[in-house]
Amino acid sequence: MIKFFLMVNKQGQTRLSRYYEHIEIHKRTMLEAEVIKHCLSRSKDQCSFIEYKDFKLVYRQYAALFVVVGINETENEMAVYELIHNFVEVLDKYFSRVSELDIMFNLDRVHIILDEMVLNGCIVETNPNRILAPLFVLDKVAES
Amino acid sequence: MPAVSKGDGMRGLAVFISDIRNCKSKEAEIKRINKELANIRSKFKGDKALDGYSKKKYVCKLLFIFLLGHDIDFGHMEAVNLLSSNRYTEKQIGYLFISVLVNSNSELIRLINNAIKNDLASRNPTFMGLALHCIANVCSREMAEAFAGEIPKILVAGDTMDSVKQSAALCLLRLYRTSPDLVPMGDWTSRVVHLLNDQHLGVVTAATSLITTLAQKNPEEFKTSVSLAVSRLSRIVTSASTDLQDYTYYFVPAPWLSVKLLRLLQCYPPPDPAVRGRLTECLETILNKAQEPPKSKKVQHSNAKNAVLFEAISLIIHHDSEPNLLVRACNQLGQFLQHRETNLRYLALESMCTLASSEFSHEAVKTHIETVINALKTERDVSVRQRAVDLLYAMCDRSNAQQIVAEMLNYLETADYSIREEIVLKVAILAEKYAVDYTWYVDTILNLIRIAGDYVSEEVWYRVIQIVINRDDVQGYAAKTVFEALQAPACHENLVKVGGYILGEFGNLIAGDPRSSPLIQFNLLHSKFHLCSVPTRALLLSTYIKFVNLFPEIKTTIQDVLRSDSQLKNADVELQQRAVEYLRLSTIASTDILATVLEEMPPFPERESSILAKLKKKKGPGTVTDLEEIKKERSSDMNGSAEPASVNASAVSTPSPSADLLGLGAAPLTNSAPPPSSSGSLLVDVFSDSASAVAPLAPGSDDNFARFVCKNNGVLFENQLLQIGLKSEFRQNLGRMFIFYGNKTSTQFLNFTPTVICSDDLQPSLNLQTKPVDPTVDGGAQVQQVVNIECVSDFMEAPILNIQFRYGGTFQNLSVKLPITLNKFFQPTEMSSQDFFQRWKQLSNPKQEVQNIFKAKHPMDAEITKAKIIGFGSALLEEVDPNPANFVGAGIIHTKTTQIGCLLRLEPNLQAQMYRLTLRTSKEAVSQRLCELLSEQF
Repeated sequence: MIKFFLMVNKQGQTRLSRYYEHIEIHKRTMLEAEVIKHCLSRSKDQCSFIEYKDFKLVYRQYAALFVVVGINETENEMAVYELIHNFVEVLDKYFSRVSELDIMFNLDRVHIILDEMVLNGCIVETNPNRILAPLFVLDKVAES
Repeated sequence: MPAVSKGDGMRGLAVFISDIRNCKSKEAEIKRINKELANIRSKFKGDKALDGYSKKKYVCKLLFIFLLGHDIDFGHMEAVNLLSSNRYTEKQIGYLFISVLVNSNSELIRLINNAIKNDLASRNPTFMGLALHCIANVCSREMAEAFAGEIPKILVAGDTMDSVKQSAALCLLRLYRTSPDLVPMGDWTSRVVHLLNDQHLGVVTAATSLITTLAQKNPEEFKTSVSLAVSRLSRIVTSASTDLQDYTYYFVPAPWLSVKLLRLLQCYPPPDPAVRGRLTECLETILNKAQEPPKSKKVQHSNAKNAVLFEAISLIIHHDSEPNLLVRACNQLGQFLQHRETNLRYLALESMCTLASSEFSHEAVKTHIETVINALKTERDVSVRQRAVDLLYAMCDRSNAQQIVAEMLNYLETADYSIREEIVLKVAILAEKYAVDYTWYVDTILNLIRIAGDYVSEEVWYRVIQIVINRDDVQGYAAKTVFEALQAPACHENLVKVGGYILGEFGNLIAGDPRSSPLIQFNLLHSKFHLCSVPTRALLLSTYIKFVNLFPEIKTTIQDVLRSDSQLKNADVELQQRAVEYLRLSTIASTDILATVLEEMPPFPERESSILAKLKKKKGPGTVTDLEEIKKERSSDMNGSAEPASVNASAVSTPSPSADLLGLGAAPLTNSAPPPSSSGSLLVDVFSDSASAVAPLAPGSDDNFARFVCKNNGVLFENQLLQIGLKSEFRQNLGRMFIFYGNKTSTQFLNFTPTVICSDDLQPSLNLQTKPVDPTVDGGAQVQQVVNIECVSDFMEAPILNIQFRYGGTFQNLSVKLPITLNKFFQPTEMSSQDFFQRWKQLSNPKQEVQNIFKAKHPMDAEITKAKIIGFGSALLEEVDPNPANFVGAGIIHTKTTQIGCLLRLEPNLQAQMYRLTLRTSKEAVSQRLCELLSEQF
């Protein structure tokens, strides 16, 4: 099961956080700070999986932004690693060349995309067109 | 569209976010946020009714502030109001806010439920989706009660839209996880299974997660999912790369779905032959594809392909039945070990670790030893090196132990501090387990202390002393080796401890050599004395008094040291007392008395390595890996490691202040005042009148119970709420069991009361003492309870563990059998063939023999059978029975009142797949009970 899904930049600022298990707010900020510290301390030739407490972190770096996913042992690391890329590709498709700013200013939409892909810790949809369908509806309503 | 914000961009929000970005300091940011919070608060409180757009804008700001790590304690009502909006954008923000910020015990749930009800009835698929997501994310008890009946209907209804079905499947999964009692299996279950056939792959993806969870808890009801999953998988892996359109990811057809289907299949044993053939084809196809040239150079292509491959290998290992596939999997992983991608090397090492424990692939894994050793030396990532250490440990056996231990010692010199202690433990275990030559064992442990003394825990050096004391062939060598090691100008304190202890016992064995004469030995040890901590000094004082007995010629030298002010007037009470007492003892006692008091330590009782226990503890009781269990069972440890560990392991073996010299360490059971909860039968009486009667045994309890007959650690019980783990150790007629209660939910358990109950029949025979545990168990927390056990006389039944607690307002009551069985009090006895049959004949009275003939329930594997007999507690006597296919064992059951000798013989009949088990003991009831217990194991 996926425990949480984070986007954090190199300065340690959280840009997206979604928890699939309830965690107190102060524990969240601590966890996010530690997670990014772990990721930043690693070099390119280290592997993308970190054992952390009783779960694993799977992370990928895109420019200055890290996407970090916390999983337990029932998840396949490589599949989650590619899930991250699929997510970023969907963002890229929607925002056409996504940047950190897009994510900040459109937090609600990024949430919609993520919720279409992952629901209470399980992968629910992987097809980019279907993931984006509700957003296209939304944009059409907004334009009219 | 605007440059930054898409759609109906909210200007106020964009300005606020820009402001935050421009803040130069954390203080400025906090100031800006507080200002905004005050603004929003006043807007919400104001007289002017806000329109939907404004509410949405402010709720969005609150979300953003929350993301930055600030708690939000208002705005919930406004978010709830947005739910009833007819505008999708407003409704969506409302739901988003609630699913991120509302926790399950909010008072608003009733209002939210109302909105959800309306949206579910709306038949608008987007609205329904939002409502279902919200239930899935929040899922309080109240919410579950309101919708548990409806969700399965939505899921299986013919006219439900695909996207709604997906949401409904995951929603139901969440309901089942949090409130399984509200989701009874019913007509809908078979229709859910058929969703695996749905033509829409998104629906199949969602349904597979649901079915996997349901199948884990109700394997019977979901058995049909196996064949459906296999045929779905088969269609996916054989499809052309473009068949699945958007579900194809970089030319890999539906990789995530394939992974999930392979996971689902891991809930079940290998399927029936018909389905099995098709599954084997699938697995072969996946393995073949790994060898084909890649369809794309993109790394995404190979990653997705490998995700499926690793999951297929997990399934092959899980089934552990097709030697051909296992060896192919091993070869494939072997290729990955040398791959340039670090991720693949990491995963391959991890996966190979589990392969090493399979009978079929253990040898194949061993062929990669050089690559793994090389990884240990060259890998730049500590987590990969850690995996390499694990794999070396897993692949170690008698044939390669010396090489592996040497390489691990090498690595230890440069290893990361974070993993040193674990490596030390592993080296110590392997060196002991596979020692043929004990001089090698002693060298290895001393090397450990030399290289990583700080990481050598007490268990490790206690153990080397136990072994040296128990094996007289190595004592002289050990004395010589520690003497040499102590010559080093700077040596680790642990070495001083081992050296002091061993020379105190066996220094006489090397005293003939003038280079290590008594005085030289003494001076060498005493030169370290002042650099050591108090416990080590105390130990050395004991060594000195032992020297007085061993070497009367240096008695006066030693007495002078004991008499010096620094000893007699030492500020430390323990040291002072020892000096005074030892000095006195050496002055007044006759040589005979000295010789008796200071006699060589008697051999320690054979027992499970305390180091192994430590390694398991390090990994946490919940994760006592099966791998280690298997490894342990497979190897016949020189010390009979399968024998239960001593209760007082540390007390007996600790040459620490209170327990040395006279061997007075065999401490009795600790807490003498029995806490109220241990008066079992009394409690039963009380319960039988009250509302909270003891629950009937939980389903599956008997199976779990049987699994513990031959082992002492593992998971006893697990449901959605609670996991109960056990660790226990027994010695002679005493035992100690650690029960770990893990709260799997995020909610507190209240009034948590576990009670151990002995029936009236059982009570006189078995004395159990427990301490009460804290009545609240926090979400995710684990509490531990210790049960001290004394076997008074032989017994038949098992005690019952009853657990009662309140969870989210409902009363939970469950009972499981606690696996304390007669065989736990077994001590193995080695004997020759002649002795065995002589005793066998002596026990020929028909009442002393019990025999059972039964069909094999498990594959008839000699190695597993041996491990089980050893795990049962008796010695396994090799080359005793004239027929080599038979197994014989011998041991003594220890109770407080009596000891009962037991002989057993197991005769397998491979053709008929039957066993004949014969037990002969001096007591009929014992023969009967042991026969019952052991028959269930094969």
